[in-house]
Amino acid sequence: MNLTEFALLLALGSTAAGFLGSLTGLGGGVVLVPLLVLVFGVDMRYAIGASLISVIATSSGAASAFVKQGFSNVRVGMFLEMATTTGAVAGAFLAAYVPTQSLAVVFGVVLLISAYLSLRPRRARPEDDKPNWLATRLRLDGAYPTPDGPVNYHVHGVPGGFVVMFIAGALSGLLGIGSGALKVLAMDQIMRIPFKVSTTTSNFMIGVTAAASAGIYLQRGYIDPVVAMPVMLGVLVGSLLGAMVLVRAKVRWLRLVFGAVIVIMALQMIANGIFGRT
Amino acid sequence: MLRQGWTDEEMDQRIGNLLRTGVLLSALVALAGGILLILHEGSSKPHDEVFSGEPSPLRSFLGVLEDAVRLDPKGVVQFGIILLVLTPVARVAFSVLAFWRARDWTYVIITLVVLLILVATMMVGHHQKI
Repeated sequence: MNLTEFALLLALGSTAAGFLGSLTGLGGGVVLVPLLVLVFGVDMRYAIGASLISVIATSSGAASAFVKQGFSNVRVGMFLEMATTTGAVAGAFLAAYVPTQSLAVVFGVVLLISAYLSLRPRRARPEDDKPNWLATRLRLDGAYPTPDGPVNYHVHGVPGGFVVMFIAGALSGLLGIGSGALKVLAMDQIMRIPFKVSTTTSNFMIGVTAAASAGIYLQRGYIDPVVAMPVMLGVLVGSLLGAMVLVRAKVRWLRLVFGAVIVIMALQMIANGIFGRT
Repeated sequence: MLRQGWTDEEMDQRIGNLLRTGVLLSALVALAGGILLILHEGSSKPHDEVFSGEPSPLRSFLGVLEDAVRLDPKGVVQFGIILLVLTPVARVAFSVLAFWRARDWTYVIITLVVLLILVATMMVGHHQKI
């Protein structure tokens, strides 16, 4: 296989990953690293570097639309980015010292957990909507647009959300993923922010989080242009296509199929890590 | 008297435009580099199954810039990638300015902290080997 064929196949695979990821809401990044490692035989470190870059592209692209529609809570995003970027730096430094076999196992486990978090039915939150003093002090409360006009909401659980965001950032820096599932969990369940605001604000933060570790990866030589270029362009095109058909498609069965693919890939990553075939 | 600051809605619009421009620009540069790469080295063998770390010019911001100016294919791709990494950084820098204009000092400090962390990650690590 020469470089042209390699780049085109990689772009094609990444387009499919981005398309399915955005269509199902599970994120294109989650299957990229397993796809690169298991199918294309790319070294784990290059795969993680390329995945980080594609995560920045898709999240920034999608965030530009969500921010304009007024769903994202920019203050919540900015505040929590202090935690995610610090975590990302820690994760990126840690990545240099963790052997790729252990990374593969950790990746597989995190993949299983985030698939579970994304696919399980959401629990209803307790209806206690008193203002929280810390959130008020930080002016985190917001409103989101609905057909019947803006709906106001209060933000809670600021310290807890902050801590989980640090962990989300660390996983992002260590594994090259967006950690979207964990970020949404922190905002939706701990901080009790409306779901649509949580998902779009998570998306808004992912780019900055990934940029914090991408600078370190780049300077360490983990970002190979031959791998990163087709992956970045492919995922970007794929997720744009996915966003276009999202409104019309029935995604329930697709989520299940894609979820099954994720589980198989996760188990394969764990097996490879344990039996030393990365 | 001039109006101070933007409303949250105006800020959202500007942030949205900034992100869109950054992604589009970096994707175009990376695509141009990718076309150059295929024209120049299209028939060579890729070697990404073995990790060797990228050569030093492709690791530093200045090295990439030099290679990109010479229209070295990998340099151009890497330059597009750097533009993409800088897009969220530009967004944070813009937010510092926006909160400053709104005289929201708490958020000026919060966004400055994030910006400093991002800038620090771009500076450190030059000397670090794998």
